[in-house]
Amino acid sequence: MTDTLTSREDTHELLRFATAGSVDDGKSTLIGRLLYDSKALFDDQWDAVEAVSAGRGDEYTDLALLTDGLRSEREQGITIDVAYRYFSTPERKFIIADTPGHIQYTRNMVTGASTADLALILVDARKGLVEQSRRHAFLCSLLRVPHMVLCVNKMDLVDYDEVVFKRIENEFKAFATKLEVPDLTVVPISALKGDNVVNRSEHMPWYQGPSLLHHLEKVHIASDRNLVDVRFPVQHVIRPHSGDHHDYRGYAGQVASGVMKPGDEVMVLPSGFTSKIASIETADGPLEEAFPPLSVTVRLEDELDVSRGDMLCRPGNQARVSQDIEAMVCWMDEARPLRLRGKYALKHTTADVRAIVKDVQYQLDVNTLHRDETATELGLNEIGRITLRTTKPLLCDDYRRNRATGGFIIIDESDNRTVGAGIIV
Amino acid sequence: MSDYRISHIAALEAEAIFIFREVAATCQRPVMLFSGGKDSIVMLHLAQKAFAPAPIPFPVMHVDTGQNFAEVIDYRDRRVAETGVQLIVASVQDAIDRGMVTEPPDGTRNRIQTPVLLEAAEKYQFDALFGGARRDEEKARAKERVFSFRDDFGQWDPKNQRPELWNLYNGRVHPGEQIRVFPLSNWTELDVWRYIGSESIPLPEVYFAAEREVVDRGGMLYAVNEFIKVREGERVFKETVRYRTVGDANLTAGVRSEASTIDEIIAEVAATRITERGATRGDDKTSEAAMEDRKREGYF
Repeated sequence: MTDTLTSREDTHELLRFATAGSVDDGKSTLIGRLLYDSKALFDDQWDAVEAVSAGRGDEYTDLALLTDGLRSEREQGITIDVAYRYFSTPERKFIIADTPGHIQYTRNMVTGASTADLALILVDARKGLVEQSRRHAFLCSLLRVPHMVLCVNKMDLVDYDEVVFKRIENEFKAFATKLEVPDLTVVPISALKGDNVVNRSEHMPWYQGPSLLHHLEKVHIASDRNLVDVRFPVQHVIRPHSGDHHDYRGYAGQVASGVMKPGDEVMVLPSGFTSKIASIETADGPLEEAFPPLSVTVRLEDELDVSRGDMLCRPGNQARVSQDIEAMVCWMDEARPLRLRGKYALKHTTADVRAIVKDVQYQLDVNTLHRDETATELGLNEIGRITLRTTKPLLCDDYRRNRATGGFIIIDESDNRTVGAGIIV
Repeated sequence: MSDYRISHIAALEAEAIFIFREVAATCQRPVMLFSGGKDSIVMLHLAQKAFAPAPIPFPVMHVDTGQNFAEVIDYRDRRVAETGVQLIVASVQDAIDRGMVTEPPDGTRNRIQTPVLLEAAEKYQFDALFGGARRDEEKARAKERVFSFRDDFGQWDPKNQRPELWNLYNGRVHPGEQIRVFPLSNWTELDVWRYIGSESIPLPEVYFAAEREVVDRGGMLYAVNEFIKVREGERVFKETVRYRTVGDANLTAGVRSEASTIDEIIAEVAATRITERGATRGDDKTSEAAMEDRKREGYF
C-alpha cells in the first residue's frame, strides 16, 4: 500500500468542486457527511463542534460550525466567504470550494466556480427550484464549470417520492437547456440520513444512477482541459548568470492549454517571431511533452526577445491579439461601481495592462436573465457585458474555448483591490 | 503520461511552483519564512525546483524564538548551506533584550513572534512573505487566500479579502503593506508527507518515532528538554513518540507512534483521527478563534 501512496505516478486525480446553496438546503450537512464518511473529519474537530453546539443549546450538532471558520460567521450563523475543504478517497483527492449561496455573495460563488471542475447545486425537495438555484446554475454556466450536479436533498421529508424528484429534475433540465451546461447529473439524496451520498439508497429503488460520491469519483474530467490550442504564457525568465549556465535562458510558466513537444515550431506573441522548442525542462529533468497544468521551463532554439507577459503558441493556431475586449464582468467592489469611462488595471494570464471602459452594453439580472440596456454602471455583485480598450494588446481566447486565456481580473489602481472578474466573449 | 493525466501530488507541485514564480516575477522584495519545520522544508524544496538551474532568487528568514529544538536549528543551517540561499534570523531573544517585546509570564513566545516578524519585514522592506500554512490546518486558515493581503500594520482583515479567481493572483501593494503567500494552501498533511516521501527530502530526526523522556500535561506528551522542565509532582516516563508539527520546543507535544520511516508515517497519518494541531500544539487550544485572532495581529 505504501508503494502506491508514495509514488508520484499514482493515479489519484484531483477534482475541484464548488458547492452552492444556503444552510437551509442542507449544504453543510452534506459536506459534513462527505468529510466524515471519507474520514477527512477528525475527532478533535468533531468534538469541538459538538461542544460549541451543546454550549449554545442546539438540538443537534450543527455541522455548519465545521465550515464557518470566522468568528463573525459563527456569531451570525452565516457563511461569508469561500472556505476550502479537502478530502480524498482511494479514487481521487477532492478540493471543495464551499461558497455561500445568497445573492449578496455572488462574487464568492464566482470565485469558487472559477477553478471548479464540477459544481454541486443543492435544492430542497420540499421547495423545489427557487430563484437561488437558477442563479447558481447560471453563474456556473457563465464560468464554464464543465460538470454540474443537481442534488435534490431532503428526499426523506417527501417520502422518497419519485414524482417529486422527477418534477424538480425536469424543471431544472428545462431551465438548463437555456444555459450552456455541458454535463448535468441529477441525484436524489438525503444528506441527513445518508441516502445516495456515499452509498446507494435502499429507499429509492426507482433511482438507477450512482451515489453522489461515486459520481464525484468517476466523472470524467481528463478531457475538460484544452489539449488542442498551445498557449504558454511566459511567467518568468530564468537566467542563472553562473558558471555552468552562462548562456542559459529559459522561459518559465505553466502550460495553459495544448501539448508542447521539443522540436515544435512556436510563435512568440505579440512579436510574431518564430522559433522551435529546443527543450522542455524541469528540476527533475527534461520532458518529452508538456501539457496543462504542468509548470515547466521552455528553451527555444533561437535567441529571441521574450519576456513575462508574452505567450508561446503555434504559428497555425494563435491566440487573439487585441486591444478591444468584449467581456462579461462580475463586479465585486462594495465601495464603488464599475463606471463608463472608468480606468482600471487588468491582470490577464501573466500580463498586466491598463484599460478603460468604453461601453456598458447591459446589466444582466441573474435571476431572470433580463438584460437592462440602460445601465451605465455595475454595482456590487452585478453582472453585465462591457467593452474595454486596453493600453497593450491582450493575448487571449474566448473564455468558452479556453478558461486559462479567457479570464481576467480587474484591479482598482488606487488601493490595489481586486474589484471585478471578466470573461472574454 | 500518454493520456496527459497527472497525480494530484504532481498537480499540487505545479501549482506551488507557479505561485513561487509569480511572486518572484511581480513582487519587489520577497522572502520565504523558513523554520526547519516540515512545511517550510517542503517550501524550500519547491522553491529550488521552481527556479532551477538558477538559485532561489530571494532570501529565507527565520523568526527565532530561541526556544527551538536544537536539532531543528542544525538542520536549518545545514539546508541553508546546501542551497546557498541567504538566511536572515530575526531573533525574539534579541527583541526581548532590547525591550521591543515583553516575554509573557508563562514563558511562551509564540505570540511575541509577531511584532518581531513585522519589525524585520519593515527593516528589510519585504513586500511578499512566503509561509508554509495550509488550509486544512485550521478553520480560519481555510478561509485565507493564497495571496493574503496585510495592511501596513500587518493585519489580516478576513471580511475584506481580495477575491481570488482562476490563477490570477493579485500581489499589488503600496509601500509598507505586504502579501503573505501560501504556496501549500491546497496541500493536506498527508500530501506533505507523501511529497516528502516521493521526493526523498531529508527531515530532522524529531519527526521520526524514538523513545523519548516525556511528561504528560493535560493529555499531551512533552519531551523533557532544556525548555520543558519537570514540574513538581510530574512523573517523567519513557515513551516512543514522534512530532507531527515542530513549533517551539516548550509548546509542541509529541504523539505516541512507532513510525520511524516516512512510509510508516504516511500510513499512520492516513489512518489518524486527530488533526495535527489538535494533537500537538498547546498554542492553539486557547479558544475557538485563537488562530483567527493571532492572524489578525499579523501572525502567519
